[in-house]
Amino acid sequence: MDFDLNEEQEMLKTAARDFLSKECPKALVKEMVQDERGYPPELWRKMADLGWLGLIFPEEYGGLGGSFLDLAVLLEEMGRACLPGPFFSSVILGGLFILNAGTEKQKRDLLTQVAQGKIILTLALTEPSASYDAASVEVEAVCDNGDFIINGTKLFIPDAHIADQIICVARTKKGTVPERGITAFLVDGAVPGINCTMLKTIAGDKLCEVIFNKVRVPKKNIVGELDQGWAPLEKTLQQATLAKCAEMVGGAQQVLEISADYTKERIVFGRSLGSFPVIQHYVANMMMDVDGSRFLTYEAAWKLSEGLPCWMEIHMAKAWVSDAYRRVTALGQQIFGGVGFIEVHDMPLYFRRAKAAELTLGDGNFHREWVARQLGLHEKGA
Amino acid sequence: MRILDFKVDAPEPVDTDTEEGRKFRQEVRDLLDKELTPEVVQARELQRDRPYDISPLAREFYRKLAAKGWLTPRAPRWPKEYGGVERSDEEQRILFEEFAARGIAGGTEYGGIQGPVIMRHGSEEMKREYLPKIARGEIGFSLGYTEPNAGTDLASLEMRAVRDGDDYVINGQKVYGTGAHYATHHWLAARTDPDAPKHRGISLFIVDLASPGITIRPLWTMGGEQTNEVFYDDVRVPVSNRVGEENQGWSYIREALGVERVVMGGVPVVGGRSVLDDLIDYAKETERGGRPLAEDPSVRQSLAQLAIENRIRRLFNYRTGWLMRKGIIPEVEAAIAKVWGNELDQRIGHIGTQIMGLYGQLEPDSKWVPLDGRVEHRYLFTVHLSYGGGSHELMRSLIATRGMGLPREPR
Repeated sequence: MDFDLNEEQEMLKTAARDFLSKECPKALVKEMVQDERGYPPELWRKMADLGWLGLIFPEEYGGLGGSFLDLAVLLEEMGRACLPGPFFSSVILGGLFILNAGTEKQKRDLLTQVAQGKIILTLALTEPSASYDAASVEVEAVCDNGDFIINGTKLFIPDAHIADQIICVARTKKGTVPERGITAFLVDGAVPGINCTMLKTIAGDKLCEVIFNKVRVPKKNIVGELDQGWAPLEKTLQQATLAKCAEMVGGAQQVLEISADYTKERIVFGRSLGSFPVIQHYVANMMMDVDGSRFLTYEAAWKLSEGLPCWMEIHMAKAWVSDAYRRVTALGQQIFGGVGFIEVHDMPLYFRRAKAAELTLGDGNFHREWVARQLGLHEKGA
Repeated sequence: MRILDFKVDAPEPVDTDTEEGRKFRQEVRDLLDKELTPEVVQARELQRDRPYDISPLAREFYRKLAAKGWLTPRAPRWPKEYGGVERSDEEQRILFEEFAARGIAGGTEYGGIQGPVIMRHGSEEMKREYLPKIARGEIGFSLGYTEPNAGTDLASLEMRAVRDGDDYVINGQKVYGTGAHYATHHWLAARTDPDAPKHRGISLFIVDLASPGITIRPLWTMGGEQTNEVFYDDVRVPVSNRVGEENQGWSYIREALGVERVVMGGVPVVGGRSVLDDLIDYAKETERGGRPLAEDPSVRQSLAQLAIENRIRRLFNYRTGWLMRKGIIPEVEAAIAKVWGNELDQRIGHIGTQIMGLYGQLEPDSKWVPLDGRVEHRYLFTVHLSYGGGSHELMRSLIATRGMGLPREPR
């Protein structure tokens, strides 16, 4: 296994960092928190032109055929820059699900358009029960004359308010095994019967309540197979979880850097803040948290890229990074003191995002539980 | 920035072995499975992963490795005229992996702690005298740094070496000399210029521990180990035994400490199984309150977290190993691996005893003791790891100042 970034990945990293530092300054990030849409279309178009939106899709579907490792490199830079917008919703949650579950036609139609920035997708999975397991999919899609009628509430759905197509995960059959009887439907975002309300969140990301009120969907809009949606969904969630980790590593790295820089400039008691051992220890702890996060994430990304089994690694990564990124932002706040507590500073951006990312796609406790299972510490009855 | 720049070899063999590689790996495994017996493993010195501080029992084991040429660092970084051995990249990687999995990594890479320093700074005479013996495992070093008044603040050491013709005459006392009672040589730091600033008046010596005037007195630790006080009473040491330049010893010691910390961060496995592996099995097999420990949510969370932190430890060690193989002594990365690994060891000991409940307090030779008392022993033994080999307070400051450029504390 070779963790060294190859030459193309180094170039991608440098190009992404340069591009984002120019096109995505913190002023823009803060502006987009207030903005209804949440991202500037011009920036989206430029990213499409760079090929970023199709980086992970195979060439036959309009993408660049990049590996997961390439994607991790890009995501890290996006996390570092706090890039606003529907990249995660459209490319990762929506796009990867289509790639994993869709028919040939669906992949060709939809992925090409996602890659070109022409449509935005999102995945409507979670409900008020706020869980990622199969049993928590309770929104029903009932068969009616060849169509399906979807009724129910989805919650915490990112970018639903601007999505051209919402992939709605619904229950089409009830039984003793919750994983069976789950179907994903492609729903036009503009269809009557969908009611979208934006939630107010800690990170200012555009999470929505999406109410499906007797929404009629033709059978041909099923993504993949009827009742068989769970397996590709689980795979997508694994990939998305790792993608989230890569984003988090980027944010954590940036917090480490700005905090360390600050300790060199700030003078207290007649000397540099960073010359106090306590502060040095904070920075050392941040460094170890960032290094551990980076190594676990990239080990998993490499294995995923090579097609090797890596669920253990992905669970370990999210369990760790969820807590580590949070710790890093907490220490960053402590190092900056009052100035970092004022909203115009960069620290609140990362502090808020770290918490949101911790809670998304399973927090530390959730993934540690999965690690325990992978270690063979079986639950009762399992 | 060094944090971003890393490359590791595969943590597990992932079918990237060639045909020859596969055969070689099997050969290595066969020998290790045969020779790393429970008795050999019992010699707790092995757990400390210092192949060149060797007890008689461990020494016998290492002699078998040496006979295969597997203890020897490889040429060309360790030149053949000093005992280096030709070995392919693949064989080197396989040796490292198989040894690391059993907690005996280190020696094959770079000749223990003293090898690299002698290689870089020793005279030609010293290199030819000592390096082949180190490579063959014929020499065991005990470290002679710490004194009653000089631990973390090592530069305050007082042991005095006075030049007298072709010798130095050395007087003073060292403490916590682990392994001095069975080592063949002392790796000794002494002051040669009392008028210079502290760091600039220290020299480094190789001393034959059989020299007249040396007295060794045992000290027993809470971790059940023997360590020692070592007294020097007008001990004569030839000038040719001085490592490198007079009064340059501090820089050599810093290098040696870097190498030592690379080794200290390693996974303390005994015969291929770590205490954590044992705890996971224990949780699966043991019932408390009518159900397996493995079903207790707090036990599941604790063991999962330790497993994750252990995985990070492994990756940190691969990083330091990679940097060492590039010929770099990675001061910051070694400090990170040491702090991480040793504090993790402490957590494993503490949480392990907790999981075992009342059984966690039983000593290794008690009736009813589970897992041979290894967890209770770890709990006691690991206490000294957060100051031994470099206090973690100092380590964290080193990491931040040399790793991220923070300014040093004014003295």
